[in-house]
Amino acid sequence: MSSSQSSSRKPSGLFRNLSAKIASVPMVLTALVVFVGGTAWTVLYSFTSSKLLPKLNFVGLDQYERLWGTRRWLISIENLAVYGFFSMIFTLVIGFTLAALLDRKIRGENVFRTIFLYPFALSFVVTGLAWQWILNPDLGVQNVVRSLGWESFTFNPLNDPDIVIYGILIAGLWQGTGLIMVIMLAGLRGIDEDIWKAARVDGIGTVKTYLRVIIPMMRPVFVTALVLIASGIIKIYDLVVAQTNGGPGIASEVPAKYVINYMFRAQNLGQGFAASTMMLVSVIIILIPWAYLEFGGKKRG
Amino acid sequence: MADAITPRGPKPRRRFSRANVMLYGTLIVIAAYYALPLYVMIVTSLKGMPEIRIGNIFAPPVEVTYQPWVKAWSEACTGINCEGLSRGFWNSVQILIPSVILSIAIASVNGYALANWKFKGSEVFFTILIVGAFIPYQVMLYPLVIILRELGLYGSIWGLVLVHTVFGMPILTLLFRNYFTSVPEELFKAARVDGAGFWGIYFRIMLPMSLPIFVVAIILQVTGIWNDFLFGVIYTKPADYPMTVQLNNIVNSVQGVKEYNVNMAATLLTGLVPLIIYFASGKLFVRGIAAGAVKG
Repeated sequence: MSSSQSSSRKPSGLFRNLSAKIASVPMVLTALVVFVGGTAWTVLYSFTSSKLLPKLNFVGLDQYERLWGTRRWLISIENLAVYGFFSMIFTLVIGFTLAALLDRKIRGENVFRTIFLYPFALSFVVTGLAWQWILNPDLGVQNVVRSLGWESFTFNPLNDPDIVIYGILIAGLWQGTGLIMVIMLAGLRGIDEDIWKAARVDGIGTVKTYLRVIIPMMRPVFVTALVLIASGIIKIYDLVVAQTNGGPGIASEVPAKYVINYMFRAQNLGQGFAASTMMLVSVIIILIPWAYLEFGGKKRG
Repeated sequence: MADAITPRGPKPRRRFSRANVMLYGTLIVIAAYYALPLYVMIVTSLKGMPEIRIGNIFAPPVEVTYQPWVKAWSEACTGINCEGLSRGFWNSVQILIPSVILSIAIASVNGYALANWKFKGSEVFFTILIVGAFIPYQVMLYPLVIILRELGLYGSIWGLVLVHTVFGMPILTLLFRNYFTSVPEELFKAARVDGAGFWGIYFRIMLPMSLPIFVVAIILQVTGIWNDFLFGVIYTKPADYPMTVQLNNIVNSVQGVKEYNVNMAATLLTGLVPLIIYFASGKLFVRGIAAGAVKG
């Protein structure tokens, strides 16, 4: 291997550090060709009428107009909004609460943490199928409660178009809250013990200390958690495919599924590209305020 | 009452105070909720179908049978194809091993270059890589189809390996870069003075020193790649489908009578690899996901 030293004493700029540059070729290719190039390519072709094969027949915003006029896409967006809103709130609240409970110097912390986090190790497909079975109307939870004597009990989210997204939310929360718990716990462990001592000296109660002192101090952790949750929400795909496959009807469709369907099943590439570009736009909308808070705020502070 | 739950300081004496009972009670109820789906999957997979039809989903099996596991492994059907999940399992193994090795080999050298051998523009590429991690995969799916087709890898296991390597790169590179940055610089400088080059330092100094971070990376990649569904379904042919895809096809197959016990056995079989890794690795798993989440 040509190390940077074995080459001439006064190496030209291009060949200095040559091994490091060669080692970075995969990264450069991934960054430029796949990430930048691929994204630009998809955005460009979203303005074309590509069907089975990508073709550069530009049609302006036609694909987007069709997209926003399609009921299935509108349902997907609505589902994503509902799922996203509740997922963010509940994941943050449950994740923080679990972390706070574990941070009370309890016995068996490892056991509890292991139980809360194991769903995160599972595939979304496994999670979706497990909850599909638990929420089975004839043999699952609904049946158990009815057999206990409450005959009119109804809890059948996966077959009710109005609430099916909440059935998916239950499974999503079960899987995802452990991750946020771990992040919150790391944040809590980073807080100076003196803060707690000071709060105690001042006679501030535990809950109040959390709400008024600890949470504001953990702002960066919350921001990280929010970005993580948000990027996970937009990606949601396999969970829906496994749990409901978008049903009943198209009641639990989500944007990622719309994209895959149009690109790889319905052979309408232009629609798929337009829909995926909309997903990209929504990520940018989330990331810009975050980047501003993370990096823009520091300069002023 | 506030005294009983003194939050910090020296370990307080445990008492059966009201606050403590409430704290542990809450934790146990929540833990039971989180454990429930796994429990339901296990008991369902050990029951016969008649027992499932009349029984309670939470009840332990009256008569334990391992038949559903056997059937899930070797006989379960996707459409007209009835050879069980074993095929998906071996496909996943064939995808997993090269993907894990290739992605970690590339990302570790990459992280090392970024940490110790910075060159003009290296940070720019790294930033693009990290920002790229937030781009929804859907935007890059089709361009990758074209790239793989040009390379003659579309539809083959090696194409999928390449995809896993590409999408694993941001997080792994970050992981290794941060680790190698924390290695004392004197060590690196001493090696340079002794005449060691890029690869010499990597193989003789950095690699032996960073085995823990390699374990973390392996845990991260094995669970991540094993659990993948999206890339498997798009970049491979049905004969090469990974286990997750095959599992979904078996359970959500519309043909035939639903055999919930076989379905749950199949689901557990698919979850087994990441679960074993999770329970065996303990804190390292936590470190892996924390490394991904809490970055500078």
